[in-house]
Amino acid sequence: MVEQSLVGRTFPPSAAYDVTPERVASFAAATGTPWREGDPAPATFPIVVAFTAMQALMDDPEVGIELQRVVHGEQRFAYERLVVVGDTLTATLTVDSLRSLGGADVIATTSAVTDADGALVCSARATLVHSAGDAS
Amino acid sequence: MSLEVGTELPPLRYTVTRADLAAYADASGDRNPIHLDEDVARSVGLPGVIAHGMYTLALAARAVQEWAGGPGRVREIGAKFTRPVVVPAGAEGVGVNVTGTVKKVEDGRATIALSVTTGEGDQVTKVLGMPTAVLDA
Repeated sequence: MVEQSLVGRTFPPSAAYDVTPERVASFAAATGTPWREGDPAPATFPIVVAFTAMQALMDDPEVGIELQRVVHGEQRFAYERLVVVGDTLTATLTVDSLRSLGGADVIATTSAVTDADGALVCSARATLVHSAGDAS
Repeated sequence: MSLEVGTELPPLRYTVTRADLAAYADASGDRNPIHLDEDVARSVGLPGVIAHGMYTLALAARAVQEWAGGPGRVREIGAKFTRPVVVPAGAEGVGVNVTGTVKKVEDGRATIALSVTTGEGDQVTKVLGMPTAVLDA
């Protein structure tokens, strides 16, 4: 079981992530998204930094999540602006809610992705589904 | 493209191969082996290597970008990951279909209900739940 006390907790910001042309180009190429230097990054690019914030949650031994039991249930982005090359991004994750569904813990999170000035670039809402362990 | 309520956006079809998933694993940092290794995927009860949910959502975003004529108009995008996209070995990969219908236009923003599926004919499976995008209209 994941502890109910997790709700409302905000984790430390992820390490600063530099958005380089190479990083955006490889993300765009992998997903076949047309991209030229000077374009904003593909819309789902902020997952790269949001993912590190989610990993910090999953890696925290006090949280009690076993990585191999986690499935990404839902992901939604709301943009203040799109990411551009030259941004330095960090993601700060807050646990919004925790509920039990069919023996699984459903953990709803929001990662605030901010730029070097601390301005919000996008909110990345993720739901992580943690299946119950064996009752042993 | 002008976005009015009821506008049907032209269907797009993309191919996903295991090489794409390997490239995405490197680009995104998500190196979960269920997206890369057949044996690992089967060992956890999956029918084979599956695409990252975020890979499929990236394809939905790619379609939205193509419809919008560039990446600059997207304000929101998201979905539930409801069914795995199984990606067979080889260059043929699997096809992912993206369609969209404008459901609402309000305050200069258009809400598009997407449909993201695999398969053809009567074998079509929806792989994303409630995939939605909001664009500057």
